[in-house]
Amino acid sequence: MTRLLRHLFFLLIVRPFVLVVLGLNVRHRHRLPKQGPAILVANHNSHLDTLALMTLFPRRALPKLHPVAAADYFLKNRALAWFASRMIGIIPLSRKVSARGGDPLAACDAALAAGGILILFPEGSRGEAERLSAFKTGIAHLAKRHPEVPVTPVFLHGLGKVLPKGEYLPVPFFCDVFVGKPLAWTGERQSFMAALDGAMQALAAEGSFPTWE
Amino acid sequence: MIAFGSLTETTAAVLLAVVAALAAASLITFALTRLKPQSDWTELVQRVRSWWVMVAVFAIAVALDRVVSLVFLGFVSFLALKEFLSLIETRRADRRVLFWAYLAIPIQYLWVGIYWYGMFIIFIPVWVFLFLPLVMVRIGDTRGFLRAAGTLNWGLMTTVFSLSHAAYLLSLPQAENPEAGGAGLLLFLVLLTQLNDVCQYLSGKLWGRRKIVPSVSPGKTWEGLFGGLVCTVLVSWLLAPYLTPLEGWLAPAVGGAIAIAGFVGDVVMSAVKRDLGVKDSGGLIPGHGGILDRVDSLTYTAPVFFHIVFYLYY
Repeated sequence: MTRLLRHLFFLLIVRPFVLVVLGLNVRHRHRLPKQGPAILVANHNSHLDTLALMTLFPRRALPKLHPVAAADYFLKNRALAWFASRMIGIIPLSRKVSARGGDPLAACDAALAAGGILILFPEGSRGEAERLSAFKTGIAHLAKRHPEVPVTPVFLHGLGKVLPKGEYLPVPFFCDVFVGKPLAWTGERQSFMAALDGAMQALAAEGSFPTWE
Repeated sequence: MIAFGSLTETTAAVLLAVVAALAAASLITFALTRLKPQSDWTELVQRVRSWWVMVAVFAIAVALDRVVSLVFLGFVSFLALKEFLSLIETRRADRRVLFWAYLAIPIQYLWVGIYWYGMFIIFIPVWVFLFLPLVMVRIGDTRGFLRAAGTLNWGLMTTVFSLSHAAYLLSLPQAENPEAGGAGLLLFLVLLTQLNDVCQYLSGKLWGRRKIVPSVSPGKTWEGLFGGLVCTVLVSWLLAPYLTPLEGWLAPAVGGAIAIAGFVGDVVMSAVKRDLGVKDSGGLIPGHGGILDRVDSLTYTAPVFFHIVFYLYY
């Protein structure tokens, strides 16, 4: 039942919204992973980022898609928790590392083992809209555990203009989605983060964007 | 007179002729890709394919009925305004202002829908023009105020006000143009505008030598402009008796006006794109660029054609 509801939600609400209100200009779409296990990492400007990225995949891939999202935010109350985990299909991740809690990445491991496609925003929060901020290193932990899983960087522009943090009224803009070449685990954290960072900067440099301040 | 939705026999016949011309274009493209496979024909193939989609969507939207046509044209205005606002520098503080600007689109097409000419013709140049700065003042950010108000107003005038003139053709009284009605006028305008674009482009490619405005659009030549003009005047003279109330020398003259206006709309949008530092306004239509690249001429031809016809017959 929730599966059907999820498909209907994407078919009737998310896809038309992304198509009409946003309008995505996707570059290098062919670089997206065709099947799981795979990891997608993107910069984060808006709640719409997740939805826009999820519509890049065909309908049948929907059950495989798992955005990794902050547990403290999305599990705030029962209604939001139901929506986030059942409709969007998030994997909740604790932003604080607790000493006694179990492995925070266990759910991600399981999803990858089941052939899932994880969507991660290593900036950690939406932050200042349309500004790239430094990636946190959690992604490196995940990539190290799954060196065979490709990590595809995606640069997003414009979604923060449509719906920035703290706003509830979406204003239509065309948005850019630049897909980078999949990266492999380099063998150690620093060089991997540098490669990822370089890939994001290069993708951002592909477009010229009007200022928005 | 047999009518299918808003289509009369004459408009349907003209649409069929367009389909035949497109089929010919597809055949020529196919022949070219076979005869000279070493050249890159991707753009031409994409262009022709996009034409098929655009003609199909336009024909269906115009054929069904007036309300569907208005919703379709309103959607074109929406896409054009969205593309414009995505290209220009906007201020974060103006999110609400932009929201109101988008809201002006359904309202403007509503005036068209309820045949309220008086409101249609002043709504954007007067009421929206006065209202948006008020919203901006209430937000209170004065940095770049004039630029923000000015660019937004220019965008609304071209993508909404100008384009909605094409829609108002559908709301003109049927009695003055019994043969083809408003749909006939709209078809005439759009067909001639796009034909002029294509002919201008082709004759420019074939014979273009003397540049007209090299600093704005180096591809525009006198030979291209002349080729487009000849083509458009000829087709206007041929089709006007079937689709419009234009008679005698007025038919080719209005064709000429469309050709010149189309050229001006094209170079004005070129100047805007050059100012913004982009080649295409977007990537919505494969082979053509963005929606503004396709409707740039129409932002000039629609009001020019509408007001000539309106002055003469309505």
